[in-house]
Amino acid sequence: MDIQTLTFIIVGLTFALYIGIAIWSRAGSTNDFYVASGGVNPVMNGMATAADWMSAASFISMAGIVAFAGYDGSVYLMGWTGGYVLLAMCLAPYLRKFGKFTVPDFIGDRYYSQTARTIAVICAILICFTYIAGQMRGVGVVFSRFLEVDIATGVIIGAIIVFFYTVLGGMKGITYTQVAQYIVLMFAYIVPAVFLSLMMTGHVLPQTGFGATIADGVPGSGQFLLERLDGLSTELGFAEYTEGVRSKIDVFFITAALMVGTAGLPHVIVRFFTVPKVRDARRSAFWALTFISVVYLTAPTIASFAKVNIFNTINGPDLQGVEYDNAPSWIKNWEKTGLITWEDNNNDGKMFYSGDERNEMTIDRDIMVLANPEIGELPAWVVALVAAGGVAAALSTSAGLLLVISTSVSHDLLKRNLAPNITDKQELLYARIAAATAIVISVYFGIYPPGFVAQVVAFAFGLAAASFFPAIIMGVFHKRMNSTGAIAGMVVGILFTFSYIVYFKFVAPELNTQENWLFGISPEGIGTLGMIINFVVAVVVHKFTGDAPEEIQELVESIRYPKGSGEAKSH
Amino acid sequence: MAFESESHAKAYWKENLSLMLKLLIVWFVVSYGFGIILVDVLNEITFFGFKLGFWFAQQGSILTFIVLIFIYVRGMAALDNKYNVHED
Repeated sequence: MDIQTLTFIIVGLTFALYIGIAIWSRAGSTNDFYVASGGVNPVMNGMATAADWMSAASFISMAGIVAFAGYDGSVYLMGWTGGYVLLAMCLAPYLRKFGKFTVPDFIGDRYYSQTARTIAVICAILICFTYIAGQMRGVGVVFSRFLEVDIATGVIIGAIIVFFYTVLGGMKGITYTQVAQYIVLMFAYIVPAVFLSLMMTGHVLPQTGFGATIADGVPGSGQFLLERLDGLSTELGFAEYTEGVRSKIDVFFITAALMVGTAGLPHVIVRFFTVPKVRDARRSAFWALTFISVVYLTAPTIASFAKVNIFNTINGPDLQGVEYDNAPSWIKNWEKTGLITWEDNNNDGKMFYSGDERNEMTIDRDIMVLANPEIGELPAWVVALVAAGGVAAALSTSAGLLLVISTSVSHDLLKRNLAPNITDKQELLYARIAAATAIVISVYFGIYPPGFVAQVVAFAFGLAAASFFPAIIMGVFHKRMNSTGAIAGMVVGILFTFSYIVYFKFVAPELNTQENWLFGISPEGIGTLGMIINFVVAVVVHKFTGDAPEEIQELVESIRYPKGSGEAKSH
Repeated sequence: MAFESESHAKAYWKENLSLMLKLLIVWFVVSYGFGIILVDVLNEITFFGFKLGFWFAQQGSILTFIVLIFIYVRGMAALDNKYNVHED
């Protein structure tokens, strides 16, 4: 059976599984949509959170970015896991005790202000839009390869499927579907890594194979894998793999922006509102990080195996280049998508990949994980499994984000704010319009991305870091903080971060180099500075405007201990 | 007021903050310290095939995060029991 048929079968089977579970678990429960997940134990909730969290960026793009950025790619690895420490210790338990469903609800009530609520809604929508644009790109990459169409068509097909997936339901809330999705995507991620590790180093565990010596029969055998990778990289004009090229301050700021942003993402925070108890919110954070780490500890190993493999298959064991006519099939397959191109600059009929003027290849980083099984010549079912995993990751996260966008618009913004008199039917209509608009905009950014999947997504984190994180932290840990301070902080923080990113990415992309950056901080890392500005502005404004009212301070006292947490209340 | 007294409420919050701060210090030192600021120094040390700083940035910090949350969950459960503010 050829790869394409197998892909259709495996992707189709997983789809049937998700829908089947969704229907089964919905039929079994008459409870309210959100409270239904209240009975789920923390291990399951952790798994569901992991599936919700691990998006196309994690699944498809991250290992590719690490493969091409080497040490610099660590910002994503540390950033997207370290945020859970903040979430577990500084946010999740307190927000759970507070007992509302959305982040704008918390901000609006804690800062006793409709303005604060509106600003929070706008921030939430902005963040989700940025985030979903990255997802669409990822979905497009998957479909373009396996349906053998160009990337634009792939994005559009993906968008249509995501739209139906979201309209199909509130199904999103059903935790067990996400548990299944986690299992599919985890297997899809681990299986090729184990194969590659065995092939390259003879180790079953990719995490130890990563630091082991190269096996017999593979070029460079006997040498440490990472040592070989450093050697090849420098020889071919790239930076040393384990060193990286970004400045230290930039690496620091990007990592911080991703960590803090993780803790401030509305669709992540929401997951911790739906567990039954405060204790379970803490435990869920532990299990979520554990399940996420299964993938995140594997990503850097895949990255290094893939990079060595690419050098070997394109440049050949002797680094003289491989004849294009003898190119392995994965190169020809991916050329159809336009994500790999070869230009024979020196007319020798051979491919050559390097970081200097000898280079003849353009390789899109987003294809690494998907192409890996083909590069490693793994069995066809592994290739198909990886496609299913990529689709699961991208669809579950996109659907979740669309839901946040549509509830933010229809419920938080319209019903609770601008037009309190609309009927349920109208509310639903506005929710659908919002979802459709979000899809259209994200298709545009999916086709013309301002960066790679993980980078686009990184901006969403910067925005979350600069807006929500300080407001929530001060909401819990600084009980006298008032609404004026918090609002001023959020507005200044997000405006600063948003303008900086838009300036360097859209207005003047030619200036987007280290010399022009503020303190040498790239647009990816600027959210950290935005967060600091937010804190400072809020504290200074608070100094001049007096403390929060007594009853608000009592409310803050009451969310600081678990006792008396009821079920999360509907908003 | 779920606490027996005002002083209990204060003491609970103080112990909570102290546990949190200790764990966050470790969190900072391992990721930002070992993985970023001191990475060049640690890269001089190799074990198996890894440069140590690089290993912390791509593996060690993540493993540490899991352990930190585990300690926090256990610590807070004990604290809730000590001050009798746990649920049910």
